[in-house]
Amino acid sequence: MRFSGLRVLKEGLTGNKVWQSHWRDATPKDAYDVVIIGGGGHGLSTAYYLAKEHGITNVAVLEKGYLGGGNVGRNTTIVRANYFLPGNSEFYSHSLKLWEGLEEDLNYNVMHSQRGQIALFHSDAQRDAAIRRGNAIRNQGDDVELLSVADLKRMLPYLDYDQARFPIYGGLLQRRAGTARHDAVAWGYARGASDRGVDLIQNCEVTGIDIEGGVVKGVQTTRGAIKAKKVAIIVAGRSSQVAQMAGMRLPIESHVLQAFVTEGLKPCIDHVVSFGMGHFYISQSDKGGLVFGGDLDFYASYAARGNLPMVEHVMEAGMTLMPAIGKAKVLRSWGGIMDMTPDGSPIIDKTGVEGLYLDAGWCYGGFKAVPGSGFSMAHLVATDRHHDPAARFRLDRFRTGRGLMDEEGTGMQHNLH
Amino acid sequence: MRITCPYCGERDRREFYYQGDAVALDRPDPEAGEAAWDDYIHNRDNPAGVTRDLWYHETGCGAWVVVTRNTVTHEVLSCELAQDAKEAGA
Repeated sequence: MRFSGLRVLKEGLTGNKVWQSHWRDATPKDAYDVVIIGGGGHGLSTAYYLAKEHGITNVAVLEKGYLGGGNVGRNTTIVRANYFLPGNSEFYSHSLKLWEGLEEDLNYNVMHSQRGQIALFHSDAQRDAAIRRGNAIRNQGDDVELLSVADLKRMLPYLDYDQARFPIYGGLLQRRAGTARHDAVAWGYARGASDRGVDLIQNCEVTGIDIEGGVVKGVQTTRGAIKAKKVAIIVAGRSSQVAQMAGMRLPIESHVLQAFVTEGLKPCIDHVVSFGMGHFYISQSDKGGLVFGGDLDFYASYAARGNLPMVEHVMEAGMTLMPAIGKAKVLRSWGGIMDMTPDGSPIIDKTGVEGLYLDAGWCYGGFKAVPGSGFSMAHLVATDRHHDPAARFRLDRFRTGRGLMDEEGTGMQHNLH
Repeated sequence: MRITCPYCGERDRREFYYQGDAVALDRPDPEAGEAAWDDYIHNRDNPAGVTRDLWYHETGCGAWVVVTRNTVTHEVLSCELAQDAKEAGA
């Protein structure tokens, strides 16, 4: 399926009757070179880069629901590369570069908008921390600028600058950060993979992983057994359940993260803005809705919805920062299932089983990682070697204590990230 | 979500601090070795369904409570003092 402005105009005038699916809805074959468990953003991008970068096209993506129906369709669409620690820095930097070429690469409009992200700070100590982070970002080669209050007042006139409790001291701006249309990212990767011969198989739940003598042989599914030389687990919040099928117990606890969207408004918030004194960040979608979120509810959950205390906290933080949005009506709120690791950083690694690979632990930051994760995971699956930008995302770092990446500096515990 | 403190009765979730999976009731021996400690500190069953976790009644009486609840529905099934659970050998 291809689009052009002319075609959209023509079909729009003649009833829009010819549009078809963007990818083949495949039925499973008996065997594949690679089976990817999970048809979300990361699974689809892995399939795409396996085909494009490594020429491995005898690949199936198995999705128990519908493609892109998990976290890639439930996030707040933010894309940025402003990490501090080695390991994360080079990975997200690489991912952002892939984002910048993604639409051309996929020939698909993912509405990537580099509108800039501003992280506000509210004290001298936070300013020092922001400068330090900014230096780390520049050392990595990415862009960042320190904004004064005067700069901010020009860019974000709607903030409450004069309040006594959380005065605004400035902000850290990354101009190359922004947002993208999350569903389109899944669709674009799906089309790109499907066009190259990858089978995208929906309504196909994996119920078992076949292992003989420490080597993976295939998977059992609700649509029959499928043999595979290599199997990749890329299932985000469900990582623990799928890994258990291979006898693994992961350093992951699944938590709920809530997000919210208001009715559509005229353009008013031009950037991605995050509050430094409470859990609140916001952007405005191209449809006009204010999209915002906060922190985890902070207890293990698979409910895909949260509880009221965090709703209240997010609304309070939002009203504190930008009282003007109080007039907007919230249309929807929802929750995603976050695969939280003890240090808050992800895993792209081999497992103890030969031919079985794991891409998990994206915590609440998986969307911006979709291109980078797929690229690095495809490299690992295809070559059995770690891709440089993701080389530190090791599964054994928790056991050895070597190479832990605790961005928040809160400690290596599940309830602290 | 409301949690029943064995001392204070049913209270808002806000009064409690979530510590995590109730593995703390089964702390390994200091000499148990690297694998046992890695498992204890980092690895989790992380079930989609009934789980037992440890909550601290932070703004209440300070009791540690083992909460048995469903992670898919948020239904709280039972609550008991961590001390009682530990002594019962659970």
